[in-house]
Amino acid sequence: MPLTDTQTLIIILAVAFGTMITRFLPFLLFPKTKKTPEIISCLGKTLPAAMMGLLVVYCLKDISAVNPPYGIPELISVSAVVILHILKRNALLSIAGGTAVYMLLVQHVF
Amino acid sequence: MAPGKKELNKALKAAFVNTIPVLTGFSALGTAYGILMRTKGYGVLWSVLFSAVAFCGSMQFVAVTLLTVAFDPVQAFLLSVMVNARHLFYGVSVLEKYKDLGRMKAFLIYTLCDETFSIVCGVEPPDCNPEYFYFFVSALNYLYWVAGTFLGGMLGGLIAFNTEGLDFALTALFVVLLLEQLKSQENRLPALIGIASAAAGILLFGRNNPVIPAMVIILAVLIGGKKKLCP
Repeated sequence: MPLTDTQTLIIILAVAFGTMITRFLPFLLFPKTKKTPEIISCLGKTLPAAMMGLLVVYCLKDISAVNPPYGIPELISVSAVVILHILKRNALLSIAGGTAVYMLLVQHVF
Repeated sequence: MAPGKKELNKALKAAFVNTIPVLTGFSALGTAYGILMRTKGYGVLWSVLFSAVAFCGSMQFVAVTLLTVAFDPVQAFLLSVMVNARHLFYGVSVLEKYKDLGRMKAFLIYTLCDETFSIVCGVEPPDCNPEYFYFFVSALNYLYWVAGTFLGGMLGGLIAFNTEGLDFALTALFVVLLLEQLKSQENRLPALIGIASAAAGILLFGRNNPVIPAMVIILAVLIGGKKKLCP
């Protein structure tokens, strides 16, 4: 533990405070007592799908096209999730199946 | 009106089923975090305290570095605002859903993470007051993360089961929820905008940047296309 107890506690609080600003700010800026501007309502409707797309891309951002295993485990596993989901429409099955394929690939194949 | 026990049970059950992938992913990542903290000399009390108070997944991994260099709380604060900036968009997305939550509201905002946001916005609540469902999803995900950290801090390197790749459950969860979004016509264009903006942000600014460039691109395109997207 390179920092003292008090210093560690202050770092924890600083990180928590920074994080909570990002979580609480929208609710402080647009309280329910005031009418939410139209542009914000529009963003509220379109942002979920956009951020879901962003999250998927960011989950896969560390794969490399030039170094082994060239993102092949990710490509196969994400395809498995998509195919399972289109065929069976069962979220848990798609996720469990894809994760099992991925673990098998990174632990035993690549 | 006091909620009926039956209604609460229904909400809890649905929340549990929908958060099983998060349970899997958070157990793996939380444990990894607890172990990492231990190797830097921070025992289970510190890692659990960090998870319970700050509850910010990826930022906590970044913060491990902050705990091992010279004491700099201002940098810690600024870095966590930047790394967590995406939460701003989650808040805007759930403004309407969380409008009338009453006493639960502060807790739900406090624990609004990537996974909770995706489930609240991507899953149809069961046949009960949707607010109970949101509450249980938030509470369970919070619990999984804190418990995972505790497990890692306690067990350290004692885990025999090879968990490499288990955190792919979270990637798979986001992929499934993205597919669900794509089912309805009006979400397809925003989803494509999100994917393209994230890819552009990574290509232009490198993969190690926080998501801010991608967020700016998303915001610009969504606002620019407002007439088409929100007729």
